[in-house]
Amino acid sequence: MTVLTDGSAKRRSGYALRPPASLTLICLFAALAGAALIALTVGAAGIPLARLPAALGLSGDAAAGPSLARDQLVLWSIRIPRIGAAAMVGALLAASGAIMQGLFRNPLADPALVGVSSGGALAAAAAIVFTDSQIGQNLRFMQHQLLPIAAFLGSLATTVILYSIASRSGRTSIAIFLLAGIAIAAIANAGIGLLVFIADDRQLRDITFWMLGSLSGATWPKLATLAPVLAIAAIACLSIARGLDVLVLGEAEAFHSGVDVERLKRISIVLVSAMTGVAVSVCGVVGFIGIVVPHLLRLVIGPAHRLLLPASMLLGAVLLVGADTLARTIVAPAEMPIGILTAAIGAPFFLGMLLRQRGLVSQ
Amino acid sequence: MTAILEAQSVSMVVGGATLVDGIDLRVAPSEMVAIVGPNGAGKSTLLRILSGDLRPTRGQIKLKQRNIRTYPPRQLAFHRAMLSQHVNVTFPFTVEEIVHMGAGDAGRAAAQRLVDAALGEVDLAHFSHRQLPTLSGGEQQRAHFARVLVQLACGEAQHGPGLLLLDEPTSSLDMRHQIDLVETAKRRGQNGTAVIAVLHDLNLAMRFADRIVLLHRGRLAVDGGRSEAITAETIRRIFEVDVKIDYTDQGVPFLLPQTMRPAGAPTA
Repeated sequence: MTVLTDGSAKRRSGYALRPPASLTLICLFAALAGAALIALTVGAAGIPLARLPAALGLSGDAAAGPSLARDQLVLWSIRIPRIGAAAMVGALLAASGAIMQGLFRNPLADPALVGVSSGGALAAAAAIVFTDSQIGQNLRFMQHQLLPIAAFLGSLATTVILYSIASRSGRTSIAIFLLAGIAIAAIANAGIGLLVFIADDRQLRDITFWMLGSLSGATWPKLATLAPVLAIAAIACLSIARGLDVLVLGEAEAFHSGVDVERLKRISIVLVSAMTGVAVSVCGVVGFIGIVVPHLLRLVIGPAHRLLLPASMLLGAVLLVGADTLARTIVAPAEMPIGILTAAIGAPFFLGMLLRQRGLVSQ
Repeated sequence: MTAILEAQSVSMVVGGATLVDGIDLRVAPSEMVAIVGPNGAGKSTLLRILSGDLRPTRGQIKLKQRNIRTYPPRQLAFHRAMLSQHVNVTFPFTVEEIVHMGAGDAGRAAAQRLVDAALGEVDLAHFSHRQLPTLSGGEQQRAHFARVLVQLACGEAQHGPGLLLLDEPTSSLDMRHQIDLVETAKRRGQNGTAVIAVLHDLNLAMRFADRIVLLHRGRLAVDGGRSEAITAETIRRIFEVDVKIDYTDQGVPFLLPQTMRPAGAPTA
């Protein structure tokens, strides 16, 4: 019998020392506040910490210098929506990774890695191209809603196909799952390539934006799309947490323990698709957040989903706010696409996980 | 006495192969039934049908006089608990967290009492904060048994005596823990729990079971007390081994395998 572990299992001869849940959440909230504060002050137009309260309208009287109007403009119309979008997208991606890993009982599952993000991006790109055509004209007015919905449906279709390929009578093969994911991602990328080929210049600019993955297009209306999805997802996450815990025993055992496995799987698949799809519709394909965040957290707080899912949301937010801040400062005044940054950090991390736990693939 | 579990001419056909063939079985409260038989006789399939996990091709299962298919999963878990043969946990849950999963949504204090008691019964109290994947196969099997005991206790607290199903629960255990496990299951019988266990070890089955059900090629070959079920004749016919049956000082029969059935001898 091979004993499969999640890396941390071998530490400290297997004894789990875990911090209390409240401490974990407080630390993560503090980290998020810190990351947001740094993100507010740095950038192409630097706003020193001293000028921040005035620009945010927290202290009226302060030196209302000539820079105040500029500071306010930068903060309210660019930086705050962008930080908000980064935080919410990070939260969605990290939690959808954690749910997918619970669903497939394997820490190597990640929506971006197995083509769920690409499926969403394909549908979003299709929406851009086809809403421009004659048929789509009357849909164009609802573009803000159309793109997230299209991306969600694309992600949903991809997840359902993946699940039905990788699962057979309650057993899931992670090797087949990852390979099928590669194939599906390739098909989706071919589809995106085809759309790029037939797109006109303006559409091309819109599509390119997804393929690179950038938060520079974050606006208040996009936050208004993200926020309700995140809120609903957070509540749904708590309702499936125990089910996902028990699912780690296998589908048959989860059923024996009283979990309605079919219902749990349906909810998880819809959740993963909605969270990934909406994130993709806002900032394109950003990989590896979904794999890095839950893995790091399991090492510290353990794998129980009741804490893992909210903590993943927080750490995902911290990480993406940090990565986005880095992306817009390291090559300033230009900007690095954030997808490149997360891949550059996440891919070696993934390889490291793979090398340490080869057993995870050959089950 | 009314049966806790009743299987009515249950058959299972998968891809043209008949795995389970017209089995009738009644198990009463407090009864401990061992299912034995050669590899591929359909023991595990039958147990999965009895648990409600597999839907039989023909026939039906009644759990406490009600068709098992009509129970929603959560309700079913209150009336029967099942320990599967192989449970593979990939995430670093601790032993205690795994055992806690058996408690479902029971109250915190009550659940903790049951978890502690079950960990004691399987002799893993000192390992409660170890991560399950770091334990040996046998220790993991005991942890899962503790989880199933907690589930059974939670259900019985609300709904009275239930059904405990065990699929080769002793396959990775050393001798002492094999006996511990079967005795623990047997003790549950004193409160009315019906126990059905697939066992490989015929001696263990004869020592503890009230009744032995012998499966052969999907059919129920023998169903009876240990002395009727296990005879040298049946063992030779079904397992194709010659055995010598002897008796302990307390009159419990035990088996001593002798040789393989000679080649060329007629099959049963």
